[in-house]
Amino acid sequence: MDLTLTAEEQAFRDEVRAWLAENHPGEPPAGGEDAQFEFARQWQRTLHEAGWAGISWPREYGGRGATLIEQAIFQEEMARAKAPRPANVLGLVMGGPVVIAHGTEEQKERFLEPILSAEEIWCQGFSEPGSGSDLASLKTRAVKEDGGWRITGQKVWTTYAHHAKWCMLLARSDPDAPKHKGLTYFILDMEQDEVEVRPLRQITGEAEFNELFIDGAWVPDENVIGGEGNGWAVAITTLMNERAGLGATAALGLQATLDDLIELAKRRGRAGDPLVRDRIARLKIAVEGLRLGALRSLTATMRVGIPGPEGSIAKLQWSAANQAMTELALELGGLEALRTDDSWSYRFLRSRANSIEGGTSDVLRNIVAERVLGLPKLR
Amino acid sequence: MEFGFSDEQREIKATAREFLASRFPAEKVRELAESGNPYDDALWGEMCELGWPGIAIPERYGGQGLGVVELVILLEEMGYALAPSPFISNAYAGALIASAGSDEQRERWLPGIAAGTARGAAEFTNEGGPVVGAAKGSTVLALLTDGGPRIVPTADAELERIPVIDDTRAYFRVRAESGDPLPGDVAWARAAGAVALAAESVGLAARALDIATEYAKEREQFGRPIGAYQAVSHRLANMLWAVEEARSLTYYAAWCADADPEALPLAASMAKARASDAACSVTHDAIQTLGGIGFTWEHDIHFFLKRARVSAQLMGTAAEHRERVASLVGL
Ligand SMILES: Cc1cc2nc3c(=O)[nH]c(=O)nc-3n(C[C@H](O)[C@H](O)[C@H](O)COP(=O)(O)OP(=O)(O)OC[C@H]3O[C@@H](n4cnc5c(N)ncnc54)[C@H](O)[C@@H]3O)c2cc1C
Repeated sequence: MDLTLTAEEQAFRDEVRAWLAENHPGEPPAGGEDAQFEFARQWQRTLHEAGWAGISWPREYGGRGATLIEQAIFQEEMARAKAPRPANVLGLVMGGPVVIAHGTEEQKERFLEPILSAEEIWCQGFSEPGSGSDLASLKTRAVKEDGGWRITGQKVWTTYAHHAKWCMLLARSDPDAPKHKGLTYFILDMEQDEVEVRPLRQITGEAEFNELFIDGAWVPDENVIGGEGNGWAVAITTLMNERAGLGATAALGLQATLDDLIELAKRRGRAGDPLVRDRIARLKIAVEGLRLGALRSLTATMRVGIPGPEGSIAKLQWSAANQAMTELALELGGLEALRTDDSWSYRFLRSRANSIEGGTSDVLRNIVAERVLGLPKLR
Repeated sequence: MEFGFSDEQREIKATAREFLASRFPAEKVRELAESGNPYDDALWGEMCELGWPGIAIPERYGGQGLGVVELVILLEEMGYALAPSPFISNAYAGALIASAGSDEQRERWLPGIAAGTARGAAEFTNEGGPVVGAAKGSTVLALLTDGGPRIVPTADAELERIPVIDDTRAYFRVRAESGDPLPGDVAWARAAGAVALAAESVGLAARALDIATEYAKEREQFGRPIGAYQAVSHRLANMLWAVEEARSLTYYAAWCADADPEALPLAASMAKARASDAACSVTHDAIQTLGGIGFTWEHDIHFFLKRARVSAQLMGTAAEHRERVASLVGL
């Protein structure tokens, strides 16, 4: 056990830190969502030119091939520098890794570089109106034709669909097969008339996510990932990537929120209130519990290939802590914090999704119960 | 950076798990708890042969010269087995004397503590006087309050057994007029002691979780195992969450004690607060999972609940440690 950085890790950290000091893009522009997205896209281009965009990707595919620890260091430095997120998050953490794991050489050639450069934005079309937690029940149909597939159906909650060139689309290619077996994973071109994107307004007032109406859209054979009928296995890779990245990075975000909360408590004259002190201490413990669990998980993964049980609770820890922090902020901040132009009101509202997006907390508890504790399934 | 045990540390853990499972099976723990005198000299002798009492004491005083991380590995396993033993009190006395004692005090007391032949015992808390674990049968006491940090030969002190609900440990109120002051700062040892107790609590919570999980797989009601019901399985998932979070914080605090003492005060308070709460809630939830059987003297789970509750009052309560956390994060 040694939590200090090795000389090499320190050198890596110094390199990241120096680069960020030189290249930080500054504050995002005021103005609409489009302007902010363009800003994030430009920032990703800068990252990519210096080889940071695909930090976890293998070198042969344009990445940096960094170890898990280097990735954690990188994220920590990004957080410390308050650097913005790159634009193509879904492509970087899900789309790219899935193509790398399950794609053909041609697919890697075609799709990977534009993900890194943010030339082509990706979105994830899994959820449907009738299929959320029970994803494998999805109904969007894929019908085989000469040279490709015709897709018809509806997707929902599709984040960034309005910016996206490609959609990771899960559809039913064999209605007669058992529900997990009849699915295929497609890369759908969003730039066709048969795909209609309608923004969905969220409780925050913005529209990060959308509905997709797909009416006979075309996917050529070469855009099937992992082969016909293997959609579920490929989708699981996507979801694992979505959840794996969370722990260490999420803790850094939470620590920043906690710092703001401590400032708020002081500003509102509540720093001496024993109840406030106790609640903030609990939150500090929760943040550190997540951060340290993520580091344990990282070491276990590097050693034996899989994270230990501590990794399975990371998303539960994160969503609970983020929600509790923003709740306390509203209590401390009074009406000021509830103003529509105050960042706490936004953070409070946005964090309501944390226990839903990327797998609900109830479903995550099912997973812990079944996979970690080995309890019987309810069925 | 590596946040996991080395090969050598895993070896210590595996040996401890095996030894404790064979020497302290549930029947033995029960027998000791019910006997009124929870400590078995022969079993203590075996631990001494393994070198455990001196695990974190410098080699020049006859110890193994390892650190708080190794101590915590042993204590987590002792908590898992709920082994009644003077081990933690002796280790805490050793830490206090080794870190805050004069050369003379160290030379005089540490060899006996390291070998386990002249045990030390230390103050866990103060309620109407210092409260010391496993004081009877010890040679020397390390006291902290009612006269300041000092060493008192056990023979010079008046001991009164306090009947608390945890029968797996013996607690004594101590009255001692004088004593030989510890000249150094006891802050490090106090923090390390809290981490050691946190580790024991993590271990006992992990065992309570295992007991409840096994039961939930086997016990059937309404035609299926109760663990298939989400009211039960989600409670167990939350218990795992509590155990793992407490464990991460405890391992980190142990590492700080050895390698990053500046970070220790915050780390130790976070660990003790979380581990106390986890052990209390997990043992309670384990009883709930067991149903009526969990409320019987017959079932072992109550010993875990009781140890958890008493430990939560020792070396700083969760609320006290959270108050320190609040100060240390700038409130
Ligand atoms: C901000 C945001 C962004 C999103 N982005 C995307 C995206 O880009 N792409 C995409 O495909 N999806 C996206 N989603 C969708 C998200 O994955 C789903 O909302 C989520 O999986 C839950 O599905 P659902 O909304 O249909 O709720 P349901 O599955 O209908 O769940 C409703 C309630 O029932 C509970 N429940 C359901 N099943 C069980 C069970 N077996 N046991 C216990 N409780 C259960 C749930 O926990 C929840 O409380 C996004 C969601 C949000 C909020």
